[in-house]
Amino acid sequence: MALVSDGAFIADEWRRLADEESLPGAGKVIVSLGRLPAALEDARLTALGVYVANTTDPKALAPHFSRLALIDIAFPAFTDGRGFSLARLLRREGFVGELRASGRLTPDQYLHAIGGGFDTIEIPDELAAHHGEANWAKARQARSLSYQRGVAGGASILERRRKGVA
Amino acid sequence: MTAHDPALPPRPNSAPTIYAYDEYDRAFVRERVAEFRGQVERRLAGALTEEEFRPFRLMNGLYLQLHAYMLRVAIPYGSLTSRQMRQLAYIADKWDKGYGHFTTRQNLQYNWPKLVDVPDILEALADVDMHAIQTSGNCIRNVTADHFAGVAADELEDPRPTAEFLRQWSSAHAEFSFLPRKFKIAVSGAEHDRAAIKIHDIGLRIVKNAEGEIGYEVIVGGGLGRTPFVGKLLREFLPRAQLLAYLEAILRVYNRFGRRDNKYKARIKILVHETGLDEIRAQVEAEFAAMDRAPFAYDAQELERVVAAFAPPAYEALPAHSDGFEKAKAENAEFAAFAAVNVAPHKVPGYAIVTVSLKPIGGIPGDATSAQMRALADATDTYGFGELRVSHEQNIILPHVKRDDLFALWRDLSAAGLATANAGLISDIISCPGLDYCSLATARSIPIAQAISERFADLERQRLIGKLGIKISGCINACGHHHVGAIGILGLEKKGVESYQITLGGDPTLSASIGELLGPGVSAEEVPDVIESLVQFYLAERRDGEAFIDTWRRLGHKRFKESARREGEDGSGI
Repeated sequence: MALVSDGAFIADEWRRLADEESLPGAGKVIVSLGRLPAALEDARLTALGVYVANTTDPKALAPHFSRLALIDIAFPAFTDGRGFSLARLLRREGFVGELRASGRLTPDQYLHAIGGGFDTIEIPDELAAHHGEANWAKARQARSLSYQRGVAGGASILERRRKGVA
Repeated sequence: MTAHDPALPPRPNSAPTIYAYDEYDRAFVRERVAEFRGQVERRLAGALTEEEFRPFRLMNGLYLQLHAYMLRVAIPYGSLTSRQMRQLAYIADKWDKGYGHFTTRQNLQYNWPKLVDVPDILEALADVDMHAIQTSGNCIRNVTADHFAGVAADELEDPRPTAEFLRQWSSAHAEFSFLPRKFKIAVSGAEHDRAAIKIHDIGLRIVKNAEGEIGYEVIVGGGLGRTPFVGKLLREFLPRAQLLAYLEAILRVYNRFGRRDNKYKARIKILVHETGLDEIRAQVEAEFAAMDRAPFAYDAQELERVVAAFAPPAYEALPAHSDGFEKAKAENAEFAAFAAVNVAPHKVPGYAIVTVSLKPIGGIPGDATSAQMRALADATDTYGFGELRVSHEQNIILPHVKRDDLFALWRDLSAAGLATANAGLISDIISCPGLDYCSLATARSIPIAQAISERFADLERQRLIGKLGIKISGCINACGHHHVGAIGILGLEKKGVESYQITLGGDPTLSASIGELLGPGVSAEEVPDVIESLVQFYLAERRDGEAFIDTWRRLGHKRFKESARREGEDGSGI
């Protein structure tokens, strides 16, 4: 798996744990939603993340935000946009940790992901090789203006008009 | 203007009456073109597979059709200037086959562009403040509105500023670009619905509440396709300031809960139908209450800016009556017929709204050659303040013509082959491209439209028959809106043979209804005969001033069905 952050491929400090694997004694691990209650009990972990389906109820996760350093939303297909709405709702509920999108996303969706509040994107290695790091870097700069807030350059076009700045 | 079109003359008299991009809009569209250029380059180099490229080409208006790519250009809410129309003609000549096709969603399609040329075409569109953004794909589509906006006598408020707000809000929306399915919004600000708001995913009707405040009636879940639904009332009155936030709430509910397991059940109409209107309303209201509405904060200054862009042109103070117009009608029967059929009342005395039919007898509905596009641009520069509209009936409107100028306009239109006096009549047929172009089609549509048009070629007879909408779709996806045709025709394929189902009683307006099936399908050759027999039955039965749909409503479907059966003897052929 490759991890995209700020337009570059970076090393992933997190380890995604399959349900049959036992919890390690330390380190950053990502567990399934089903395993989250048990993992939360385990004080040995330095940091805990959870991977969730894009149909997850954001309110069900909210009580655990203070203990969660990462939420990883699965994109079952790159054309399935539910994850973009879930990300936005998690941010609205107050999640401030790392938001990760995982699936076969393309660089062309990078601004959509950033707009939803995602920090990182996890893609299969062959897909990372197919699109290449340079295209992710380029896609991040594809647009400097957006009609929505927080997508490209922060302020929306409407807000820029109000301020009268370019 | 850039080097793209050296032939493009500056037009000092171009319409000041439609929204002109500001520096932000212009920069946004340029960036979008550059982004797509990069995607096309990657596709051509093999760095994007067709599967990966598909959603991105679609959200830039590019389809892969039966024979070639098709590019669908957005004409937001159907408004364009003469300068923009000339650029469309230029593109048709330079990169296509010298013509374009105006669609039921007020857009323009080019049927033969090459992939490698598309970024240049988009650049040429950007030169005149146009684009092809979101004319396709599972995103919020180009917003449509009443084609008589701003000039209709029955208007409460011009719907175009609202539609322009929606265009901006929905453009490259980060959250709503990968919806379960396409999403269409239409806006009407008048008493009569000319925007078919009840057959859209969301229909907005500008209304005034008891306190005299302007707001919106919100209709949701209408649509045609293989499961037609008339839209349902979601909110009786939504204050103007809350519009974008409320739409964001609807879209968020749809994006999260709309079905993705079956593309034919993925539209919001199915979600509303399966979940129930009350439950959907509760979900939307809950989301609306919970969301951060700050980004959508009401901005009176911005509203003023956009409204000002649609300011009416500098009308002259004229008497309502035009002697010249009356005299020309009395002297020229052909012009009188045109005036009776294609000219509508304008809210300003001394002016009229002119519909230019793109349905010549035996022609292809909605097609216009580049020469005709230029003729339309010239006509509106001379007689219409440089503005044009595209109607969802696939015709072109000159929204402000002096009554004194109508005869001169008509002569110019006649010379360009654009004076067919059939607006709203039986040969003003809405048709999808059908099997001649479309890879989804199961039957031909255009030849059926042409055959009916030729059968009823006599314009005097058409006037006698009166208002009658025929709509033809070449497959159950219903792009030709057959469900809401007073007479609807659906082309299907049965054992390798084209078969046409006929429905009666469809209505796209506020009294919306879905047509009812006449009987088993008929062959392509039989369609004109069946229409002929229905028309004859109607003419025999109608009362004074009654349109086809009214007679059908009064007599009931059964009587029409029986009449058709008699024609086909045992009914086997019908």
